[in-house]
Amino acid sequence: MVGEGDEELARLLNAALSGDDQAYADFLRRAAGLVRRFAQRRITFGGLDPEDIVQETLLAVHLKRHTWRNDSPVGPWLYAIARFKLIDAFRRANRRLEVPVDGDFDAPAPEPEDRASEREIDRALATLPPREQSVVSAISVDGRSIAETAQALDMTEGAVRVALHRGLARIARTFGRM
Amino acid sequence: MDQEHFIRTLSLDDRRPAPMGQAWALALAAAVLVAAGLFATILGPRPDIATAAETWRFLYKFLVTAVLFLTGLWALLALARPGARARLPLLLLAPALLLASVLVELVVAPAGELGSRLVGNNALLCLTFIPLIGAGPLAAFLLALRHGAPDAPARAGAVAGLVAGGLAATLYASHCTDDSPLFVATWYPLAVLLLAAVGALAGRRLARW
Repeated sequence: MVGEGDEELARLLNAALSGDDQAYADFLRRAAGLVRRFAQRRITFGGLDPEDIVQETLLAVHLKRHTWRNDSPVGPWLYAIARFKLIDAFRRANRRLEVPVDGDFDAPAPEPEDRASEREIDRALATLPPREQSVVSAISVDGRSIAETAQALDMTEGAVRVALHRGLARIARTFGRM
Repeated sequence: MDQEHFIRTLSLDDRRPAPMGQAWALALAAAVLVAAGLFATILGPRPDIATAAETWRFLYKFLVTAVLFLTGLWALLALARPGARARLPLLLLAPALLLASVLVELVVAPAGELGSRLVGNNALLCLTFIPLIGAGPLAAFLLALRHGAPDAPARAGAVAGLVAGGLAATLYASHCTDDSPLFVATWYPLAVLLLAAVGALAGRRLARW
């Protein structure tokens, strides 16, 4: 994945890192597409949802964007992050699939989860401290701007930015570990 | 949360993480200050360092430890970045230099002295103070790794231990009066590998992301 597509990715990411929000959104959309295909090809059983891997990888790409060297191709960096997150998710899924040793066999099967509406990230969002949770969900679920969120929650814009960043970092730490 | 909302949320978080170069500069400065400060306080260089510096055995210790430190540091910088190629075979350079000096020593040293040169007088001191002096640097390097994104956290932590060991051994070598390659090749690696083992265990827990 080092070629013209990669040059375009590198251009977008470089623009993003110097403050171009539009380029950043564009970059993340393309990265999501690549990671989705990567995850779909590797997930061959029902225990994992490729969309969870996509979101977890995007979050890691965002929080660790300073680990990209801007003179190197984006592809190997992006796929290394996706692979790391995929392996981590496989490990967690295996732990969850362990067979109970004793009893429990007659317990009713849990309702199948509604994967489309509740992803790992929404579950992680629900465990945030109240202030971070209201800021992150105002922005991500209700689609509000920083200014609107500040007004609605009676906070300064600076405080909203801090809470947003801390909330995202905390989501990355708890992702899939509930 | 759908993808467009999620991407918009990420792009609104404009708090920029510090560049890796800055994190490493800070970690290195802290590592050197803490290690050198501790060394100067509890050990200090040997009194006859001026005469010792005229012998190849004394000087060669610094070649080995400095090479370990520098090659390890180069690998460590790469290990903090996902997908970057760390030149791990370079880490064999220090052991190879050490082995070469052992072979020379086996040829030139009087046969009756080999045992006493290997055991030396400071084995316990070496095993105690290299890990002790290296502990602070190891912590600093692990914090820098945590700021990065090592895709093999245990391996990155182990290399962090090697680099911390290289730094600590460089300082300790100026205190120790056992200069024979036989001593250096026996005890220094034990002390450094202890740091590497601690680094691997700590890296797996601390450098997760």
